[in-house]
Amino acid sequence: MISFTPEAALGYSLLLPLICAVLIVLSDKSPNRREAVTLITSVLLFADVLYLLVSVLHGVRPRLQLWEVIPGLNLTFAIEPLGMLFATLASGLWIINSIYSIGYMRGNHEQHQTRFYFFFAIAIASTLAIAFSGNMFTLFIFYEALTLSTYPLVIHKQNDEARHGGRVYLAVLFSTSIGFLLVAIIWTWVIAGTLDFRPGGILKGAADPAIVPVLLALYVFGTGKAALMPFHRWLPAAMVAPTPVSAFLHAVAVVKAGVFTVLKVTVYIFGVDFLSTTGASRWLMWVAAATILIASLVAMTKDNLKARLAYSTISQLSYITLGAALASSMGIIGGGMHIVMHAMGKMTLFMCAGAIYVATHKTEISDMAGLGRAMPFTFAAFLIGALSIIGLPPMGGAWSKFVLIMAAADRDQMIMIGVLMVSSLLNVAYLIPPVVYGFFGKAPVTASLGSAATFGPGNGLKEAPILCVLPLCLTALGCLVLFFCADSIYLFLQTIF
Amino acid sequence: MLVQISPHFPALQVVIPFIAAPVCMVLRRENVAWGLALAVSWISFFISSSLLIRVLHENVISYHIGGWAPPWGIEYRLDALSAFVLLLVSGISAIVMTYARRSVIAEIPSYNRGKFYALFLLSLAGMLGVTITGDAFNVFVFLEITSLSAYVLVAMGAHNDKRALSSSISYLIAGTIGATFFIIGVGLLYMATGTLNMMDLAARIADLGDSRTVRAAFAFIVVGIGLKLAIFPLHLWLPNAYTYAPSVVTSFVAATSTKVAVYVLMRFVFTVFGTHFEFQQLTLVFLFLPLALLGIFVPSLVAVFQENAKRMLAYSSVAQIGYMLLGISFATVAGLSAATIHMFNHGLMKGALFMALGAVAYRIRSTKIADMAGLASSMPWTMAAFVGGGLSLIGVPLTVGFISKWLLIQAALEAGEWWIAVLIVISSLIAAIYVWRVIEVAYLQPAPADLTVKEAPLSMLIPMWALVLLNFYFGIHASLTTDIATRAAKALLGGGT
Repeated sequence: MISFTPEAALGYSLLLPLICAVLIVLSDKSPNRREAVTLITSVLLFADVLYLLVSVLHGVRPRLQLWEVIPGLNLTFAIEPLGMLFATLASGLWIINSIYSIGYMRGNHEQHQTRFYFFFAIAIASTLAIAFSGNMFTLFIFYEALTLSTYPLVIHKQNDEARHGGRVYLAVLFSTSIGFLLVAIIWTWVIAGTLDFRPGGILKGAADPAIVPVLLALYVFGTGKAALMPFHRWLPAAMVAPTPVSAFLHAVAVVKAGVFTVLKVTVYIFGVDFLSTTGASRWLMWVAAATILIASLVAMTKDNLKARLAYSTISQLSYITLGAALASSMGIIGGGMHIVMHAMGKMTLFMCAGAIYVATHKTEISDMAGLGRAMPFTFAAFLIGALSIIGLPPMGGAWSKFVLIMAAADRDQMIMIGVLMVSSLLNVAYLIPPVVYGFFGKAPVTASLGSAATFGPGNGLKEAPILCVLPLCLTALGCLVLFFCADSIYLFLQTIF
Repeated sequence: MLVQISPHFPALQVVIPFIAAPVCMVLRRENVAWGLALAVSWISFFISSSLLIRVLHENVISYHIGGWAPPWGIEYRLDALSAFVLLLVSGISAIVMTYARRSVIAEIPSYNRGKFYALFLLSLAGMLGVTITGDAFNVFVFLEITSLSAYVLVAMGAHNDKRALSSSISYLIAGTIGATFFIIGVGLLYMATGTLNMMDLAARIADLGDSRTVRAAFAFIVVGIGLKLAIFPLHLWLPNAYTYAPSVVTSFVAATSTKVAVYVLMRFVFTVFGTHFEFQQLTLVFLFLPLALLGIFVPSLVAVFQENAKRMLAYSSVAQIGYMLLGISFATVAGLSAATIHMFNHGLMKGALFMALGAVAYRIRSTKIADMAGLASSMPWTMAAFVGGGLSLIGVPLTVGFISKWLLIQAALEAGEWWIAVLIVISSLIAAIYVWRVIEVAYLQPAPADLTVKEAPLSMLIPMWALVLLNFYFGIHASLTTDIATRAAKALLGGGT
C-alpha cells in the first residue's frame, strides 16, 4: 500500500477476489457478514480496475512478471486495451450480480450458499487473470481454472439433472481445451519459441502458411468457451445452475473469456495482418456464420426461457468470432465492442428470467402469459435488453453490430452482411414474443402460484424482491447508456493497432 | 562431525536403512520400531537431498566402496538422474512412513508390525541401492532385495483380504522371471566384455561394436526390466498386487518401485548400451513406441470400468508407465526429460492418491467406489486431497501432471510426431473420466443414512496433504524439476558424463 502503482493495482486486482473467497469461508456462520464481504470486495475490485483503466488510458501498460513455471515460460500479467475492457466489464458487472445473487439465493432459499459465493469469487479471480494474461501460457492456466471453479456452481442443485449438466459442461470444455487448445499452444511454443502476446503476432515468419489454418482451427475450436458449433452443447447444459450463475458467468465471464481468447489469439498470436495476407481465417467466417444462424433457429424452438437465452448467447458469441475471422482491425474492434454490448444486454435478460422464477417459479415462456402486467419493471427491462441484443437504437447493441457490418463491408463479405441482417430478424422473432406474451397474453384462470386474481390487470404488482429487480433495471439502463458512450470504447480499442 | 562423514553419504544412503531393518525386526515395541523406521526414512531423505545438491554443483559423484578403484571395486555413481530418483524414493518413503502408523495398526496384525517396518526399510534400502550403484551386478542384487521384501509386504495384506496371497505369488513369479532374465543379460555382457562396471561396460561395448552376444544381452535385460517395470503387456502382476497390498505398501510401492525400474531401463538402454547401434534404435521405434501407446490406452480404458478405486489407480499406474516409455522411445533430450520428470511427478500424484484411499480404507474398510457415496461430507479433507491428486493425474494446469503433459507433448511435436501429441491428449481425457467417477460418487451422491464415519486422523491427513501440496508446488514452480530432468536427459544421451 506504500506505493500504489499500476503494477501493484494489477496485483491487487488478482488478489482481492481470492482474499474475498477466504473471508467468505470464514464467515460461513453469518450470512450477512458473508454477503457484506462479497459486496465490499466487488466495489473495491471495481475501484481498483477503474484506477487501472485510467492508467491504461494514459498510455501506461502495467506488467507483472511472477515466477518461471517451466524454463522459458513465466506467469506473466500485462494489460492491453482488450483485456482492460474485459476486466472493467467483468468487475463492474460483478457488483450488480452480487446484489442480484443475494436477492435470488435468499429469495429461493438455496442450499450451500457459502460454497456458491466462494466459487463465484474464485471464478472472478480466474476471469481477471485471463483478462490480464501476458502470455498464452498464463491464459491457458486460468482458462482451465475458470472451468474448474465454475463446475461446482453448475452442479449447485446436486440432483440428477445437475449432475448430467455438469458432466456435459466438463466433458466439452475439458476435451476441447486439452484436446485442441493445449496442442495448439505447445505447437506455437515449438514453432515460435515464445508464447508472449505481442502486437503483430508471434507466428509471422515462423509458421508455414500452410499450417496456419490448422493451427487457427485448433485455437478456435479449442476455446470451447467461445461455443462455436459443434462444441456449444456445454452452454445449454450449464443452465441447470442458479440464474445468477447463468446471468453473470454464462453470459459474461465464462463465455466472454472464450471469445476474448479468440480475439487475443487473432491479434497477438497470429496477428491480423498475417491472417489476412494468408487468408487462413476465411473458413472460420463460414463456421461462425453457420453458428449464428443455426443457434438462432434452435433458440426459436425453445420454450424454456433460459434455454432460449442460452442458444441466443451461442449465436451472439459467434458475432465476435466472426469479427475475429474477418481479420481486420475493424472486425476486432467490432468484436471487442460486442463483448461489452452483448454482456450488458444478455445479463439483463438472464436476470429477468431469474426474477420471474423467484417471483412465480415459472421457467417456460408459454406459462408467462400476462405476467408482464404483474411484473412491469422486469418485463420492461427484458424488452430493453432484447432490443439491445437485436441491435436497435438507442441501445448499445446497435453500435457493435454496426461496426461489425462495416468490417464485413470493408472486406467485401456481402454474404456476411446478409448473415448479420438475417440474424437480427431472427433475434426479433425469438426475443420479442416473450415480452409481447407477457404484457398482452391472457393470464390463465388458474394460475399455479398464488391466487388467480393477483395476475389480473390492475390487481397490483408482484415483482421479485427489490434486490433482484434493482440490478436488472441498472443493466437495462446500462444498455441505454452504452449507446451514447460507444465511441469512447471504439477509440479505446483503436489503440490496439 | 557432519562434515567428516559427508563424503561417505553415498554409502550411508544405503547402509543406514540396511542396518536399521533387522533392528526393527527385533524391537519389541511396535511404536519404537515405527519411530526408528521414521527416523531412518527422514535421515535418508536428508542424505539424498544433500547428495542432489552436491550433484547439481559437481555433475557426477563417484564413490569407491572400500576404497577400491573401479572397474575392480564397486563404484557408487551419482549423476543428476540417479540423485533425482534417490530424492523421490527417500522423500516418498519419509512422507509415507510419517503417515503409516495408524494405517499399519488398522491393517497389519500386531505380531507382524515389527517385521513390516523391517521389510519396508529393506525395500527402501534396495531401491536406493539400485539407483546409486554403478555396477551392473550390484543392480541385480539390490533389485532382488527390493523385490523379495515387496512380495512379503504385498502378502501382508492377507489379513484383510486373502487374495493378497495369490497376488503376491503372481508378483513373485513375474518378478523372479524378470530378475532371471536380467541376470542372464548381465552375464552375457560380462562374457562379452569381462567387466561389470557400467561406465567400463559402456566404453567396451562401444569399442566392441555390434555383436550377437550384446544384442542378446540387450534383449534379455530389456525384457527382464520390462517385467519389473510392468510395461504393457508384462503388467499383469501389478493391478492385483497394488489392490490387495496394505494401503501403506501400495502408496510407497506405487510411487517408487516402478520409477526405480524405469531408471534402470534408462540407465541400461542409454548409458550402458547407448543408441549407436541399429538394433537398439529399432527397439526404441518398433518395440517401445507401440507398446507405450498400447500401454497408455488399454489400461486407461480398463481403469474406467473398475469397481474398486485402488484397482482403478493401479491400472492408471500402468498407463502412466506408458507415458514414461513413450518419452524414452523418442531418444531425444526433450523426450527423456519428459520421461524423467514424469517419473518424479507421477510418484507425487500416485503417492497422494493412494494415501487418500488409504485414509478411506482406514475409516470405511473398503475402497470400492460404490461404498464411497457421499463420503465428501463426512471426510471432506481426505476427499479434497483425492480431488487434488486426481486433478494432477488428469493434468490440470498448476499441477505437476500438467508439467509432465506439457513436456511430453512438446517432445512429440519436436520429434515431428503430431499424431502422438493428439493421442497423448486423448488419453489424458480418459484419465479425467475415471477420476471424475470417484469424485461424482463422493460428492454428488447422497451418503447412506447409516454412514457414521469421521474424518481421518491428523497423523494421516498431514502427510497426505503435504504430498498434495507438493503436487501443486512443483506444478507452479517447475523450473527446478525441469532443469534437473533436462540435465539428467543430457547426461544420458551424452554417454553418461
